[in-house]
Amino acid sequence: MSTDNSKIAGYAHPERLVTTDWLAEQIAAGAVGAPGGIVLLESDEDVLLYATGHIPGAQKIDWHVDLNDPVTRDYVDGQRFAEVMGSRGIGRDTTIVVYGDKSNWWAAYALWVFTLFGHEDVRLLDGGRAKWIEEGRELTREVPTPTPADYPVVERQDAPIRAFKEDVLEHLGRPLVDVRSPGEFSGELLHMPDYPQEGAMRGGHIPGAKSVPWARAANEDGTFKSRAELEDIYLTEQGLSPTDDVVAYCRIGERSSHTWFVLTQLLGFDKVRNYDGSWTEWGNAVRVPIER
Amino acid sequence: MSDAPLPAALAEIAEDFSSASNPMKLDLLLEFSEELPALPDRYVGQLDKLERVDECQSPLFLTVEVDDGERLEDRPVHLFFDAPPEAPTTRGFAGILHEGLDGLSAAQILDVPDDAPMRFGLAEAVSPLRIRGMVAMLARIKRQVRAKTATAASI
Repeated sequence: MSTDNSKIAGYAHPERLVTTDWLAEQIAAGAVGAPGGIVLLESDEDVLLYATGHIPGAQKIDWHVDLNDPVTRDYVDGQRFAEVMGSRGIGRDTTIVVYGDKSNWWAAYALWVFTLFGHEDVRLLDGGRAKWIEEGRELTREVPTPTPADYPVVERQDAPIRAFKEDVLEHLGRPLVDVRSPGEFSGELLHMPDYPQEGAMRGGHIPGAKSVPWARAANEDGTFKSRAELEDIYLTEQGLSPTDDVVAYCRIGERSSHTWFVLTQLLGFDKVRNYDGSWTEWGNAVRVPIER
Repeated sequence: MSDAPLPAALAEIAEDFSSASNPMKLDLLLEFSEELPALPDRYVGQLDKLERVDECQSPLFLTVEVDDGERLEDRPVHLFFDAPPEAPTTRGFAGILHEGLDGLSAAQILDVPDDAPMRFGLAEAVSPLRIRGMVAMLARIKRQVRAKTATAASI
């Protein structure tokens, strides 16, 4: 426990990460789901996983159904976001803790979308769902019924942390991080191993991109590696600097949300944008440059 | 969507889903996920004997067995699936197909319309992207039935 705490204290923004011990204490103290208390959200790739059992007090948020616009390929607008948050009892100043499956991929993705709307206090549970279960902690199927809260309608601010295709074209020549698997980077595979073909016409990567698969930032148990280990990868090995202007991408922007979290929140990079169009846009776009 | 009818058991499941609210659809899908029969002993630890369905978000393996018979109408088909408990959505899709198709004749299975997975009203509950997994499972089941009946007929 103390090693976990000192690991977290070493990050650039330690307030963004909580341990399973801390969360268990908050739950025991009745702080999760209480009026004015912490709101705990589970964000998984699998839409049913939450229903099979979740951390007591957790509510579900689904990356696809709740956070994506049903028609346009974009995130929800301020109105819809306010409904999603308010219905879960979240106010603008609520502390949110997000956790999920797959080393917190989808939890990091939800956290990144919340950040587009400037929600101040949102944290990840280090190790996510798998670590909680691994430690033999309690799961429940009981779904909480929160008292709805008033969440203000705020305009999404994409520019600071989100890049569009045009931004990436202008960015060429500056640091780009491709967080997909090596086979996707080289162009041998058009999609993740084990995953559905989410079709792209061309394989390869954006010219100049460094290949740093997202999972290198995670330990076997789904927790984040220590700051020193992360610095070895991103600073020493890849030559990035916290003052660099960086764009990260993957296939649809979910794995690169994980890397965005690592670079900005754990290593203190000033300017990292997630290109959520990622390879499903770039690999289908006409006349954009591709490197293999 | 085509107008071709679904086999009775599958049609009944489709009706249950279509008339349910979105949260109820998820509950129902979870039930199917939990009721998916485990692999029989002869396939346990033998995943290489099953076909892998890559279109599912989590790995799913399936195979079919077709009983002997004179005509496709007289040859019952048995379906076998394997997917991990951490993939309840994928298991749920497999559970629907098992409940709706297992034991039907090869002829009936080959007649199942390819768009059957779209008739459960699941797209808005779980997102259209995720439905692709069930479309792919059905396609592989039909392909296996076609292949396995063709071999026997040519002997």
